[in-house]
Order: sequence, then C-alpha cells, then structure tokens
Amino acid sequence: MSASPQTVQKSGAAGSAIFAGSDSRKYNYFEPKARKATHYEDMTVDVQPDPERYLLQDWIISFPDGTPTYSKTWTKALSSNWHQFRAVDQEWERTHYQRQSTICGMVQGVIENARKSGAPKRFDAAWVKILQDHLGAYKHAEFGLGTSLMQAQRYGYTQMINNATLTNSSYKLRFAQDLTLYLSEIGMDLGNFDHTAGKKHWLEDPIWQGTRKAIEAIMGATDYLEQYIATNLVFEPLVGELFRSGFIMQMAASQGDFATPSVVAAAEADYERNLANTVELVHMLTHDNENGAHNRDLFNGWIAHHGALAREAAANLQPIWSQPRVKVTGFADAQAQADNRIKTICSQVGLVAP
Amino acid sequence: MSETLTLNKIVNQKGISTAEAANRVSDLGWTPSYVQEAMTFPTDYKISRVPRDPMKQVLRSYFPMQEEKDNRVYGALDAALRGDMFRNVEPRWVEWMKLFLAIIPFPEISAARSMAMVGRLAPGEELRTGFTMQMVDEFRHSTIQMNLKKWYMENYIDPAGFDITEAAFGKCYATTIGRQFAEGFLTGDAITAANIYLTVVAETAFTNTLFVAMPSEAARNGDYALPTVFLSVQSDESRHIGNGHSMLMAMIHDPSNHQLLERDLKYAFWQNHAIVDAAIGTFIEYGTTNRDKNKESYAELWHRWIYEDYYRTYMLPLEKYGIKIHHDDVAEAWDRIVKKNYVHKTAQFFSVGWSFNFWRIEAQTEKDFEWFEHKYPGWYAEFGDYWKWYAKLSKPGEKVIAFNSDVGYVYPHRCWSCMVPCLIREDFCCDEVDGKVYTYCSEGCRWTHKVAFAAEYEGRATPAMGRFSGRREWEECYHGWDHADALVDLGFVRSDGKTLVPQPHLRFEQKDMWTLDHVRGNTLGSPLRSFRALKPGAERDAAVAEYRKGFTINPCN
Repeated sequence: MSASPQTVQKSGAAGSAIFAGSDSRKYNYFEPKARKATHYEDMTVDVQPDPERYLLQDWIISFPDGTPTYSKTWTKALSSNWHQFRAVDQEWERTHYQRQSTICGMVQGVIENARKSGAPKRFDAAWVKILQDHLGAYKHAEFGLGTSLMQAQRYGYTQMINNATLTNSSYKLRFAQDLTLYLSEIGMDLGNFDHTAGKKHWLEDPIWQGTRKAIEAIMGATDYLEQYIATNLVFEPLVGELFRSGFIMQMAASQGDFATPSVVAAAEADYERNLANTVELVHMLTHDNENGAHNRDLFNGWIAHHGALAREAAANLQPIWSQPRVKVTGFADAQAQADNRIKTICSQVGLVAP
Repeated sequence: MSETLTLNKIVNQKGISTAEAANRVSDLGWTPSYVQEAMTFPTDYKISRVPRDPMKQVLRSYFPMQEEKDNRVYGALDAALRGDMFRNVEPRWVEWMKLFLAIIPFPEISAARSMAMVGRLAPGEELRTGFTMQMVDEFRHSTIQMNLKKWYMENYIDPAGFDITEAAFGKCYATTIGRQFAEGFLTGDAITAANIYLTVVAETAFTNTLFVAMPSEAARNGDYALPTVFLSVQSDESRHIGNGHSMLMAMIHDPSNHQLLERDLKYAFWQNHAIVDAAIGTFIEYGTTNRDKNKESYAELWHRWIYEDYYRTYMLPLEKYGIKIHHDDVAEAWDRIVKKNYVHKTAQFFSVGWSFNFWRIEAQTEKDFEWFEHKYPGWYAEFGDYWKWYAKLSKPGEKVIAFNSDVGYVYPHRCWSCMVPCLIREDFCCDEVDGKVYTYCSEGCRWTHKVAFAAEYEGRATPAMGRFSGRREWEECYHGWDHADALVDLGFVRSDGKTLVPQPHLRFEQKDMWTLDHVRGNTLGSPLRSFRALKPGAERDAAVAEYRKGFTINPCN
C-alpha cells in the first residue's frame, strides 16, 4: 500500500491563509431588508426553498392531485414577491425560548406570590365565579386560535411567513395553558372552585356561543392567510383584547385581585408582536404593485365575514360586564376602545374596518 | 438551621401534580359544532383510538427547560472559540459539514410543518400538546443549525460553501438526496409522511446515527461545536419518538390499517437506509482523520443503533399486533453496508463528483487505508487504487477525475427513488411507470416508486398517497452543458469569479486551487436520457447486464 501524504494546513482557523473566498464570511444568497442582514434573517431566509429561488430540480414529491410540497395556491392572496416579508419581531429559536421562558417564570412568580400571601381567598366572591366561569371559558378560545395557527404554519409560501405563524401559535397555546394552570392553582386555595365549569360555559353558555362560533370559523377556514388575518386583525381586537384588557385587566384590581391582570398581561404583550408581524405581511400584500387591489378586496371580504362573527361574539359577552360587584368600567367603553383599535389597524394596512 | 430544614421546604407550596396539569391542559380541546375543521391533509388510515401522551409535559416546564438547554449550547460555542477550537480542528471534517448543514435545517423545519398534518388527525387533545412541543422543537433545531453553520462560516479557514449554503442546497445533486428525505415528511398521506416516515422510522431509528454517532466522530476531529448542538437536538427526540409510537398504537389495533402500515414501514425503512446511511456513513467514515482501530466502524454503529435498538427492540414487538415485519429488507440493508460496500461506494461517488460540489474532499491516505482494511477486509483491493488516483489527480491541470478515462470509473445511473446513484451495480434495475422507463439502485427503491407511491396498493385504493415529481435526475438538468458553464450556473465559483468553491484537496494556497479553466471542455450528460434512447428489449437488457458487471479501477502507479 502506498499513497502520497497530503500537505495539510496546520490551523483550521479563519485568517490562517489568504486565498480566493477566504474572507467571504456572510450568507450571500439573499437581499437583506436593511443594509446588513439581521441574525434572524440569517437563520430564516431561504431555508424553505422555492423553484423561483435556487430549487433547480423543482419540488420532488407531490400530493396525489399534483400539488407540490409547497404551493402558492394555498391562499387566494397573490404576491409579486412572497419572499419580501420579514417578521417584525425577528424571532428565531433562541429569542423565542428566552421570551417564552421569561413569561413562564413571570407567571409562575405571580401565582406563587399571590398564593403565598393568601390573595385568592381575598378575591371578591362574585369575581371568583367570573374567573371560574368566564376566564375558564375564554382559555378555550385561546387554545382554538393556537391550534388553528399550528395548522396554518404548514401552508405559507416562505419560511418567514411560516415561522411567524408558528411562533404566534406557540404563544397562543402557552397562554391557553397559562390560564388553565393559573385557574387550577388558585382553585386549590378556594373551597368550591370548579375547574370544569369553564369548559361547560364554553360549550353551553349562550354568552360564549358567539365567541365559540367565531373561533370555529377561524379553525375551519382552509386559507392559511384567512386564519392568520382573522385571528390578528379581527378576533384579537374585537373579542380577545376586549375581554382581556377591556374587562379582566380593568376590573380585577377593584375585586381585590392583583394576580390575574399580570397573568393576562403576557397575552397582551404577545399580541403586540403578533399584530406587528401580521400588519407587516398584510401591508406588503395590500400595497403589492401588481396584486394590491385583488388582495384588498379579498381581505376586506374576510374581515367583513369574521368581523360580523366577532361583533356578534362581543355583543354576547356584554352581560359579563354587569357581573362584578364593583363596577369600574362599562361594556360600551370597552367596545368603543375595540372599535377604535380595529379602525386604526385597518387604516394602517389600507383595509375597511368591519 | 435544622438538618432537615431546606429552603425548598420553607417556600414550597402545594401545586397541582404534573399528571393532573397535563390532564387539564389536554381538556382544552373540544369537538367543533358550528364549523367543522377541514381535513386538508387526508390519510388512508383509520384512527379510531385516542392516542395517549406518554411525556405528560406542559409548556410552562418545557420553555424554561429548553432555554436552559440553549444556554448550555451557546455557552459551549463561546467556550470553543475562547479555547481556539479552530486551530486544532480537522479541515477534512469541517468541509463535510458544508454539505451536512446545508441539508439538515430543511428536514428539521419540514418536521415542524408536518405537525400540522397529524395535529388534526388524532382524535382527542392529549397528544396535541406533544405535537405542539415537537413543532417548536423542530423550529429550534432548524434555526440552531443555521446558527451553527454561520458560526463555522465566521471562524473556519475556508468559508466558501458555507456562504452560499441555502442556494447550494437548492442546486446540488447531493443536497437533493436530503430533500427527498425532507419532503417525505410533509407531502402525501399525512400518516405515511408525518407519523410513519418521520417519527416512527426517521426519528426513532436513524436520528441515532445522525445525531449521536456523528457528533462522537466530530469530537474526535477537534470539533466540539457539533456535538454540543446535536446532542442537545437529540435530547428532544425522545419526545418525538413518544409522539410517533403513541400515534402508531392508536392505529395498530385496527386490522384495516395493517396493510398500509406494512407498506409504510417498509418504504420508510428502505428510504432512510438508502439516504441516511449513504450520507452519514460517508461523513463518519471518510470525513474523519481519526483511525483508532478500537472505535466502532459505521457498520458496527449501524448494528447497534439500527439493528439492535430499532429492529430488535422496536419493530419486532409490532409483530404481536399482527404486523408483518420486512425482515428481508433489514438483512439486505445490512448486507449492503458490510458486504456490498454501500458507504464506500457512496464516498467514492461523492469524490468522483467533487467538481460539482460546494465543499472540499481530500484524498484518503495510507493511514486511512490501514483502518479501512482492518474494519472492512478486502477494502484495499477494491478502493485502494481509486484513492491513489484521486490523490494524483488532485493537482490543478490534471484531467478532472469525473471525465478521466484513465481511472476506469464508470459514471453511474441515478436512482429515481432515493436519488442516490445506483452504486451497487449488481442490484441495478429498471421499470416502467405510467409508460416511462426509470432506473433504480435496488429492488426496494423500484418497489417504492412503482408500488408504494401509487393510487392503489395491493388492490386497495390509496387516494391520499403522494407521487414522485420534479426533475429527479440531477444530471438531466445539465445535459449537454459544458462543465464550467454548469458550475457558473450552480454558483459554485468563488468571489474572484474563476476559482472553484470545491477543491479535491485541503491545500489552502491560491496556486493549488482549481479554476473554471481547469474543468472547461468537459460535457455533462444524462445517463437516464441515454438509457431511454435504447430500444426496449435486447438492447436495453444488454445495457442493464453490462452495468451490473460493474467496472474495474485501473492500477495507479
């Protein structure tokens, strides 16, 4: 046996030799949104490939009807460049886990401190029933949105769209669990707290049937962008925020409850990020030079459809505002704020508020 | 302070148990009554039982646990730089990471997407929490691997190839093999793809060679980053294996599923073997400089992880449910690795094709020869001269090996199914599907295309099953092109516009680098196009017989 030994460089470190390409230390296959690529862009862009961008051999497995692994036909929206979208919150795995973990720690700290100080026992009795029945019901709405977005993250045409949808799903599912476990734990300190009541109200109480119908309409939509837009542009401002901020967070303190607003506040912060991502994507599509008018018509149709369901849902929730013993705000004020919110959002992206 | 008193005892308060927390979380779902969820990713399976979640974990413990794992990973990467890891790393190893890390983030994120497909199929809500965590895990894996690749690009001596990574992934013949692996997770019948192919076979069996065996070899080559990242990735896999098994158990009790389960276990095993063993076998055996004769060879690792761990302890127990296990395929895969030199022939092919790659491959040396002969008796007689030729032809100005008739290597056909070339020549076969002729590396791959990926299986309609599509023979994309023009089109040229990204050596001086001028004048051709041009019958049969005879490498003096 013989073979000539190779001359091998002694160091494998950057800069130990200079040759063509030895200083090419940036991903160079995409245009960053700003002058320099962000770390999020480096982690995300083009990981889901595309025949229009480098996929020489095209998609190599199809569904039985010939639809490829990813297809632009999975939404009725059109874009001259789906790859333009970047998530405003710039999430990749590390930032996502850091944020989610911080929220989990904050929520657990709030619960532990509240229980340690005996706070749940000092909650107003009528308020406890509201938490049990209505916050208990609302947690299912959050879960429905989470599972709907989990479905939606399969369909987007780029990695950036799908990852933004995935993190949105992750936030919603975490919050649904936050509420479940929060209610379970304060329930341990309260004698007759029925942890099954929330689901019963969700399934049977007329107050919640409009909300359930609105959520099931989003879950049942087959266009992933309809799911995404109906969630963040319509349901969240008209029903989600209305209930979370317009009721729970406004009322709780006056009922002796300092814990619940802190738990619920996490969802409001989540929503700000998810809303920013959605607005960015929708703005891109409604201002598309070739397809803007088509997209505006399409989205206005979705917003009108889901808006009517959300408005009905919100109207059905009205009786809840009368239930706390101490009344600090009325339904009309909360609804006016929600109206204002959705008008602002829709005007930002060139759409008609429902 | 009393010996029995601890801080935990002072501050601890009673909470709900983990099992109870998991139960309450699993009660978040309901059956919609106003609007039904559309079954947009159908399956031909029936799922009548509610799958159970064996992990009983909730997100509030999951996220902090994952953050802690991340902190360890990123801390280790910082420590590796402070410890000057790249001064001692073996470039032979890192070069192969240009290929591996170009491929793997897409299969990972495809697994995240595929959770959408199984999420709606499973009755009940218990396992949906498991699928949620897997979805976020796979998002973790995809982006943590993109981060690792960027880190290599910033710190390794030759960043070329890392810098074009996702563009290269879309264009290279070798990465398309990895795409077959990934697209299989999320296209076609939802259970076939996201349950059997992904979780039951790929994750349960083959991630052990991918994410456990390979990191060990990385460490032997001075690369502490890959083990740090991939062992952390692998620590998530047990959760995914649990999801897969639970879903499998929800279907296996229904005998009407058995026929499809047998098809899919067979298809998934054979594709994983053909793809993963080709790639990971090559990285472990040919990307290393460590020739310790006491360490396990890839064949030995395969026996431990695939044969003992998966086949004997996971698959065989399925027989008690009435499932016929494809024992012959397991035996054949083993023979292909130990008797038919599958991994060695793949490494040989990758090196023949070095000038179409986007990473460097250096020649194997005498030290390597000894190890291979020790582990695989007879190796030197079949491959020794080839690697001597490879070393000899590594200097710019030599005739590039893929087109050099002095060597005696015959460029292979491409397998239409696994997309690895037909390297075990005696197993080469062809068949007609929908009136067109295709070539295959093995009977298993012929069966996969013709029988498994079809609208009917053994007389049973399979309307949800996927189909093979696209330009699956890479060579056809550049049929009739000049070698240099193809490399420009592929983007495998360095920033000076002439030096190739791939090189057949690890010499880092400009004078040793191949350029477009060194490869110009060679014309690429599609073996399948030539094969289809043959007359059916005697002419085609003769070509098959000739191909099956193989080739002999000429002595290299």
